[in-house]
Amino acid sequence: MPVPEVKESFTGSVNRVTLGATKDSGGTRTSTITVGGARNVVYGGSAEEASEKPVVAMDVLDSRPDDWPDALAENYQDVMDSPGDWAKKCIEQFGADLICVKFEGIHPDKADKDAAHAVKVTEEVLKAVGVPLVLWGSGNDEKDNQVMPKVSEAAKGENVLIGTVTEDNYKTLTATALADSHHLITHAPLDINIAKQVNILVSDMGFPLEKVVTFQATGALGYGIEYAYSIQERQRLAALGGDKMMAMPAICDVGYESWRAKESKLADAPGWGDVKDRGPMWEATTAICLLQAGVDIIRMRHPRAVATVKNFINQIWQ
Amino acid sequence: MIIIGERINGMFTDVKEAIASKNKQPIQELAKKQTDAGAAYLDVNVGTAAADQEGTMQWLIETIQETCTTPLCLDSQKTDVIAAGVKVVNAENGLLLNSTPLNKKSDEEVFDKYLEMADQAGPKTNVITLTMDKNGVPQDTDMRVALAAEIVQKAMEKGFDTQRLFVDPIALPVKVPNAQVQVGNILNAMDQIKYLADPAPHMTIGLSNVSQGASERSLINRIFLAMAMSHGLDSAIADALDKDLMNVVATSDMLMNKQIYSDSFLKVYTAANKA
Repeated sequence: MPVPEVKESFTGSVNRVTLGATKDSGGTRTSTITVGGARNVVYGGSAEEASEKPVVAMDVLDSRPDDWPDALAENYQDVMDSPGDWAKKCIEQFGADLICVKFEGIHPDKADKDAAHAVKVTEEVLKAVGVPLVLWGSGNDEKDNQVMPKVSEAAKGENVLIGTVTEDNYKTLTATALADSHHLITHAPLDINIAKQVNILVSDMGFPLEKVVTFQATGALGYGIEYAYSIQERQRLAALGGDKMMAMPAICDVGYESWRAKESKLADAPGWGDVKDRGPMWEATTAICLLQAGVDIIRMRHPRAVATVKNFINQIWQ
Repeated sequence: MIIIGERINGMFTDVKEAIASKNKQPIQELAKKQTDAGAAYLDVNVGTAAADQEGTMQWLIETIQETCTTPLCLDSQKTDVIAAGVKVVNAENGLLLNSTPLNKKSDEEVFDKYLEMADQAGPKTNVITLTMDKNGVPQDTDMRVALAAEIVQKAMEKGFDTQRLFVDPIALPVKVPNAQVQVGNILNAMDQIKYLADPAPHMTIGLSNVSQGASERSLINRIFLAMAMSHGLDSAIADALDKDLMNVVATSDMLMNKQIYSDSFLKVYTAANKA
């Protein structure tokens, strides 16, 4: 018996979002990145319906991380004190599509660095690489509200993706992103109802929905990936069903979450295989799993995991 | 839920006056207000304000589209008035032709003409089709469903996507003697119309008709709307400026799991149109 061809068509689609501004559009980027546009679920429908390829944003931290496991840190020892060089390495050697600058060092519980530092890092990275940037706060509301508007201003004209805004803290950064014409990341804690709420809140402030990318929070393999998967899937289905408040492309943070898993970093674990392989495998598996639920931008860290994931993307999205 | 804002209609005094004095401002304001309130389409009906209905339809369309990109719903019982509108309208974001019966005594081919006009206007142009024919408005469930079936079949034969059809089972004023029974008939008809094709045609209704001449009009409208939505109604020509009504739309959508819940669920339509 032949296998019947199951075809489902949808009325809605994921918004298409273009990040970065070249000289013609008033920025200094040498290239732009477009994501989204899907008119079907991943693997569903025709190649055209799959639309834009997902992309990998590699993490660059504003300050040298002191808690990265060796298997990860060894790739960056030479550049960890220079975000510009670090970004360059990710692009030139590891094939990153864009760079996500994570301002870990401004967090009051970490290095508690000031806005001047963050602005300097932003300028350095903008100068070092020509790809579009993602600029990501520390997660401390008060400090982010002080620092991220300055970061946004430093990147004015570059059409970056800046974040994140949450249900309880969205006004400052939304207004800033609106003023500086950036794209914005709305952030929810693995809760689709709150995700929609944040989108409504920023939209109600007059922020254009077509310039929003959602971050649903990410769970790594073994650490809640099923929640992340089902939320991403639900977001995609809502977008395809025509829900304007859920039609944004999605970003996920696979690098950080995967390298928190003890399976990625525990060296002394006989029977688990070489620790050098485990982390990249954990990261790649998490990313590939979430790609199938429908995410558009994946933040990643290990070059081998990035290579595996990009290979997967290139085979599926042709 | 697709709300077609009903306010730009020459039957309303403010619109009638604006048409008579060719004053664009009140029309453009109504377009913006209804869009902000969550209307997905704006109904455009010249009413009885002007002798030159075709010219007035064109003037209204051009006036609205000078300042507003919300898709329009060209509303007339006269094919020529719709045709005049199609000539000047920008249908890039969508368009509705409102409306045609299956056939008329004076024009057997009226339905076909509407499908042709829709194709002429572009692929995003949809057609509202009333479940009535040359014998008039059906008074029971079965006749409504039979007419809807014929409409759907005829569209399919013509290669017209059933998702571009908005079937209107015709709401009648509840206050008219013996018309109260029609509400139940309409709901029963809706239960069956949604199975006539896969994907189903849209279903729409001239909501304010149901409360014509009655007291507590807004209340009647919104309760009927909630009931009809639970029977598959996915569009209505209604007063988008009636906030209580729009709240019922948002709440019904949410309760039926058509919209993902959020604490600001009442804002889903207004916020989407604001940004």
